[in-house]
Amino acid sequence: MAKKIKIIVAKPGLDGHDRGAKLLARIFAEEGMEVVYTGLRQTPEMIVAAAEQEDADVVGLSSLSGVHNYFFPRVVELLKDKGLNDVLVVGGGIIPVEDYDFLQKSGVKAIFGPGTPTMEIVNFIKSNARAR
Amino acid sequence: MKRDYAKEILAGSPQAVARLISWLEDEDERAYSIMEELYPHTGRAYVIGITGSPGAGKSTLTDKLIRIMRKGGLTVGVVAVDPSSPFTGGALLGDRIRMSDHSTDPEVYIRSMATRGFLGGMAKATCDVVKVLDAFGKDIIIIETVGVGQDEVDIVGLADTTCVVLVPGLGDVIQSMKAGVMEIADVYVVNKADRDGADQLNMEVNARIEQDIHIKMSGWVPPVNKTIAVDNVGMQDLWESILKHRAFLEESGRLVEKRRKQTYQETLRMIHNELFRLIRDQLSEDGRLDRLVEEILERKRDPYSTMREILSEWLDSTPKYKEAL
Amino acid sequence: MFDEKVLEKIKAGKEKWDQGPVAKTLAKAPEQKPVFTTISGTPVERIYTPLDIAGLDYERDLGFPGQFPYTRGVQPTMYRGRYWTMRQYAGFGSAKDTNARYRYLLQQGQTGLSVAFQLPTQAGYDSDHPLSMGEVGKVGVAVDSIEDMKVLFDGIPLDKVTTSMTINAPATVLLGMYLALAEEQGVPWDKVGGTVQNDVLKEIICRGQYIYPPKPTMRLTVDLIEFCQKHVPRWNTISISGYHIRESGSTAAQEMAFTIADGIAYTQACVERGMDVDSFAPRLSFFFNAFTNVLEEVAKFRAGRRYWAKVMRDRFKAKDPRSMMLRYHVQTGGVTLTAQQPLNNIVRVALQTYATALGGAQSLHTNSYDEALCLPTQEAVTVALRTQQIVAEESGATDTIDPLAGCYYVEKMTDQIEQDIDDYIKKIDAMGGTLAAIEQGFIQKEIQNSAYRFQKEIESGERIYVGINKYTMEEPPPTNLLKVDMSVGDVEAAKLKKLRAERDQAKWKAALDNLRKVSQTDENVMPAVIEAVKAKATVGEICDVWRDIYGQYRPKEFV
Repeated sequence: MAKKIKIIVAKPGLDGHDRGAKLLARIFAEEGMEVVYTGLRQTPEMIVAAAEQEDADVVGLSSLSGVHNYFFPRVVELLKDKGLNDVLVVGGGIIPVEDYDFLQKSGVKAIFGPGTPTMEIVNFIKSNARAR
Repeated sequence: MKRDYAKEILAGSPQAVARLISWLEDEDERAYSIMEELYPHTGRAYVIGITGSPGAGKSTLTDKLIRIMRKGGLTVGVVAVDPSSPFTGGALLGDRIRMSDHSTDPEVYIRSMATRGFLGGMAKATCDVVKVLDAFGKDIIIIETVGVGQDEVDIVGLADTTCVVLVPGLGDVIQSMKAGVMEIADVYVVNKADRDGADQLNMEVNARIEQDIHIKMSGWVPPVNKTIAVDNVGMQDLWESILKHRAFLEESGRLVEKRRKQTYQETLRMIHNELFRLIRDQLSEDGRLDRLVEEILERKRDPYSTMREILSEWLDSTPKYKEAL
Repeated sequence: MFDEKVLEKIKAGKEKWDQGPVAKTLAKAPEQKPVFTTISGTPVERIYTPLDIAGLDYERDLGFPGQFPYTRGVQPTMYRGRYWTMRQYAGFGSAKDTNARYRYLLQQGQTGLSVAFQLPTQAGYDSDHPLSMGEVGKVGVAVDSIEDMKVLFDGIPLDKVTTSMTINAPATVLLGMYLALAEEQGVPWDKVGGTVQNDVLKEIICRGQYIYPPKPTMRLTVDLIEFCQKHVPRWNTISISGYHIRESGSTAAQEMAFTIADGIAYTQACVERGMDVDSFAPRLSFFFNAFTNVLEEVAKFRAGRRYWAKVMRDRFKAKDPRSMMLRYHVQTGGVTLTAQQPLNNIVRVALQTYATALGGAQSLHTNSYDEALCLPTQEAVTVALRTQQIVAEESGATDTIDPLAGCYYVEKMTDQIEQDIDDYIKKIDAMGGTLAAIEQGFIQKEIQNSAYRFQKEIESGERIYVGINKYTMEEPPPTNLLKVDMSVGDVEAAKLKKLRAERDQAKWKAALDNLRKVSQTDENVMPAVIEAVKAKATVGEICDVWRDIYGQYRPKEFV
């Protein structure tokens, strides 16, 4: 059977803006991925536990409350602690461009700002997700 | 270095479990040798099936049951099955949300699975996943599925105790009877029991139980539990009902009987699935299947003789099967 | 409104026009698109004529400002008497930082305050809770205890300003602090004016700052309404919000329909509590969005006013005209702002402000042009406030009331949106009411489907968004963005530690025990909450008492 990309879509922290996360979850599923939507108020520990148990290939993080510099690197760090080095971590939301560099250096492979065409995100994931 | 997944799983590695489950879902052949090694370590877990219409509150019930089990010191594995889209092949798996209180508890392992719309595939993978979690050492394994369609009924067949969840106002009794789900209940749950129509539903279920001759013969009358899972009402009673059913199965010897039946079904199904997969894959590989289909469509041949032709090729020419014959 | 004969003439004329000049022009050059639609996806005709509003009855459907059905506005003189309240939502960092911005805004001519609380406060956690990591002081001000509230309003007399607080599930706690502070300032409660959002249903539908399951959280909402009706008569006890519904992707009609559905649920709950509808309904207020499609927004506001008036009169048998008035705050559309070419947002906000003025709002927050990039800078906030002042003082929109009344297109669309609202309300009633519709995910799914449709339209290029899918350009990364000091978290945690060590332990414990006791009965919790905040119980501690009793809400997600 064809392998499916499994992706966790998570909202770290207390931010409740999930329009983008839900929209992308739907679009990822339409693109044939298996999408685990974790809902709001996720700690990095919860997100990483989900990624581990679900054997996720990709973790997509969404934040609009300005806490990305704390949460995104923390998720990458916890994944590494667990030896999950090949999980692709991407992020989106309201993230100042000046933070992109820092986030990418911390291991977030791509940041998608407001207005990014959804297919650009889908294609990035499809071409960068690991094989299992 | 080649990883020894079986050893890692038996030593308690959630990552090894996770990867093995993915391979099982993908029907990746790497899974089978590991499963062989794990099999002797299975048969210890108690399996609970939770089924009901979408919106019946299954995940919330599961969440609250996990809480009770954890308080009692039991470790838990959860398999939450949601349908894949028949059009895109993708799936949205949202059951973890309501179980997020347990997501960082190392003694709780939750896995979401999509049905992947393949004949018998879900039943097969779920059955295997239960074994993996069993070998992984979970005391209780919960399978949560939407109770529509034959495949789901199959899955419930995997459970030692099956809970059928009904809610007032959805016409659940009639729907469930149609889907053949009413027969398989060991425990009924009337969830959202504070809603209008709960008493009516309760009566309908009880009437249904009264009428069912098979139930009367079986020695176990399924209890009807009222719950309001979201407010944590009635959950302890539900758990007691499950425990009572377990005690009944164990004391009456039915558990052994039930598992014998399951093993019988499962063994046959595995052989069936693997044969099917091998033949399908080989026929698809060189495009022969497409050509056959075209010829059948054009009435140059018929599907019946085609089936016999293929089977005889496989059974006669494959040395492994020749030997068996 | 029109003579039959006149209508017939117009009809004949229109047919001639369609077949003649229009057909001729189309034969030479087609129109830009086969179908024109509003941003909500509603088809728009080439022209509107009296034929489209032939059934309009001036007295019945429009009336005069300040009179039923309030289509033209809720006050007789509207902006000729007084402009809308210019109220910029603000809050960041510590209470001290925010206090400084409030004083600045009041100096600049702003007429009311609007408190943005940090997410931990909104979610009922203290600044030192594990889930607050990284969030302290980020999107709003950190308020953990009455001590922070004191600093926040330092030098601001509570009888001289009105304060709007965006707080929902823990609304009782923050209002409790505000009232306790008023007492300390020597301001009697009947001189205190302002608003708490207190709208927990839309948190469950779309905004995500819920804490408790629907039933207990509704109980707290109603407790607050009941308490204020008796003791704080000038307080707007709830701000029933469509703003976030629209932000989540709904259409204009859905925004109004689901907000009214929530309004019906709250009114019903208060009536079931035993309150007379006219005793509390005049203090119910609303909160809406304004997008850039000016005419559709105006129609939305007018339709909403008319429908709500009928709901209150016919469904709830209200007698007091004030019970029937849809009074509302507006915020310009946050999701309409683009990170690309951010200065373009100034124009969007100006149009949205214009729509709000033409629509007859009671107060307005204008977004800052840099908000798709970060929290707004002072400069951007000033431009946003000036936008309101320009529309109020220079545009002429405020000189006459409801200037678009009688416009064929706007009247037609007003009717159409009202019809859409009515269809939704009927559907929701049939499902067993708003709570049932939320529980079944109906409202959430409707919103998400609209959001999805909109996204697809943008991506296919069917709908143009300047800077996103047309007129794009390379631009250097923006500079001069506001940064919140990450150390606020540590400072707040230290403050909490000190507070917990120094408060009167016996008094604190007794107050929380009493709150727990009261919360398990049907008694109104507000007095016990006020005692608890005075005893320096924190937001997190009080909310934990209820978490313990009521449990926490876990949404069913309908993606």
